[in-house]
Amino acid sequence: MTTAGRELAPTSQGAEPLVLAYGLTKLHPARGGAEPLLAVAGIDFELSRGEVFGFLGPNGAGKSSTMRMIACVSPPTSGTLRILGMDPLTDGSRIRARIGVVPQDDSLDSELTVLENLLVYGRYFGLSRAIVRERGAGLLAFARLEDKAGQRVETLSGGMRRRLTIARSLINEPEVLLLDEPTTGLDPQARHVLWERLFQLKSQGVTLILTTHYMDEAEQLCDRLAIMDHGKIVAEGSPRALIDAHVTREVLELRFSDETRERSTATVAAMAPGPLTPRVDLLPDRVLLYTDAGDDALAAVHAAGLEPLTALVRRASLEDVFLTLTGRSLVE
Amino acid sequence: MTAAVLPSFRAFSYHWLLYRRTWKGSIVIGLVNPLLFLTGIGIGIGKLIDANSGGVDGVDYLAWLAPGVLAASAMQMAFAGGGFAAFREATPEGSYASAAATPLSPTDIMVGQQLFATARVALLSAGFVVVQVALSAAPSLSGAALAVPAACLTGIAFSAPMAAWAVTVRRFTTLQTVFRFIVQPLYLLSGTFFPLTSAPEWLQKLAYLSPLWHGVQLCRGLSLGTLTARQLLVHGSVLIVLAAGGLIVARVTYRRRLHQ
Repeated sequence: MTTAGRELAPTSQGAEPLVLAYGLTKLHPARGGAEPLLAVAGIDFELSRGEVFGFLGPNGAGKSSTMRMIACVSPPTSGTLRILGMDPLTDGSRIRARIGVVPQDDSLDSELTVLENLLVYGRYFGLSRAIVRERGAGLLAFARLEDKAGQRVETLSGGMRRRLTIARSLINEPEVLLLDEPTTGLDPQARHVLWERLFQLKSQGVTLILTTHYMDEAEQLCDRLAIMDHGKIVAEGSPRALIDAHVTREVLELRFSDETRERSTATVAAMAPGPLTPRVDLLPDRVLLYTDAGDDALAAVHAAGLEPLTALVRRASLEDVFLTLTGRSLVE
Repeated sequence: MTAAVLPSFRAFSYHWLLYRRTWKGSIVIGLVNPLLFLTGIGIGIGKLIDANSGGVDGVDYLAWLAPGVLAASAMQMAFAGGGFAAFREATPEGSYASAAATPLSPTDIMVGQQLFATARVALLSAGFVVVQVALSAAPSLSGAALAVPAACLTGIAFSAPMAAWAVTVRRFTTLQTVFRFIVQPLYLLSGTFFPLTSAPEWLQKLAYLSPLWHGVQLCRGLSLGTLTARQLLVHGSVLIVLAAGGLIVARVTYRRRLHQ
């Protein structure tokens, strides 16, 4: 199934996008009493070499299902998907030989040592022991695990395990690296170490495709983002462009006391759409007032006789984009 | 650059590496248990039987029993290596998920598991036969040696169908139930410990349906040197059909499980 009018064949060797999807759909059939699930509902995207592309969305948005299809371990139900110029249905093995996968659960063998995990994985790619040892030394240095080579994986911390999973995924020197929720479950320090490692990979020219439900991660790491919700891509672009296109420059966050909340929120809500703000979001615990001039908006709030408990003017973020596009928060 | 190894052998090499860590445990189920049966029942009860009726089918009870225990423990090991192992490796904590992300196909991963299960049966069966010969429980050396490949065939006739089924199972207790109510009764009632001719007729008929009975007959016939061409054909065919059928179905169930 191809979208009419689109040219799918590569025009020249270098011109075809790294990954290309049109109308990509994944329907998980009903099983064990569960309803059939339309995890991915016809999405289009193109990824180019060298970029960091992120799928941002809440749990259940279809990010992981999309990643599994790109990783060639989940055949699309319908639509077109081409990876490295090949069809995953017929060339899955050849595609997998050229990509790296960092799954959400590390899926390391905790009974084996760090180095043995690399050896086993390298063998899966048909690499000789000598090559894996040679590459493994460099990869463990990259993952800052060089002094852990002989230790069993069960002794490693969460951050170390994740870095080892990344090192393992690079054993075949992949052109594309898929990372599913790479920093979920890590503490802030471990996250920063990981981000820094991913930046280094990017600077080496590895294309990174990742999923996340952390907007700071998406903003820091990704050149381009697809925001997903209910199996669909609701917006796509660079983090900056998404913010510019869908929300104002700044957001005024207001919290009110229980006694005044009802009256105050009504007053604020009446300010939109107006000269200062095109839109106001009323959340259970706070009010978001979108504006290009946060301080002026706050002055207007005070002028209206309102006394918020807290008032914060901040730069608009991807979180606001997501809220604007879907009416829901990314992290509930 | 790349080692020219069949992809399924790459999958096998993982299990092998892990086995080098855990082989001691498998010696107990694969070698010590059957040898306990062999000595306890074969030598102990064997003396009574031999004194009473001059053995079974014209040979010592011990020599008659040994190939039966060999086949039955091959089945048991195959259930562990095909059933339990396939179930465990297919869970999120198992190795299949990461292997599936590599060039290996679900079939490569499945065959790798079967190669390992069969290699384990081969090793432990060989160990068993060495002890059997040392106990003078083998009338012919070549016959006892030929029983090893027969035990391997018996093993894969179980491990392939078991693996095909186990990767579709979601709860471990389901496997345990099958082990308790199918594998254990088969172990005892497939002509392993007593000739079926002395059993009630209904049990005899039931035993003909038991794949293990065919494995026992094959191993025993080879070990005692009494196997006829017709028996070889019948028992061999049953086991080969089971193994091939298991592999064919396992290709499908592994693909469904690993490439959802």
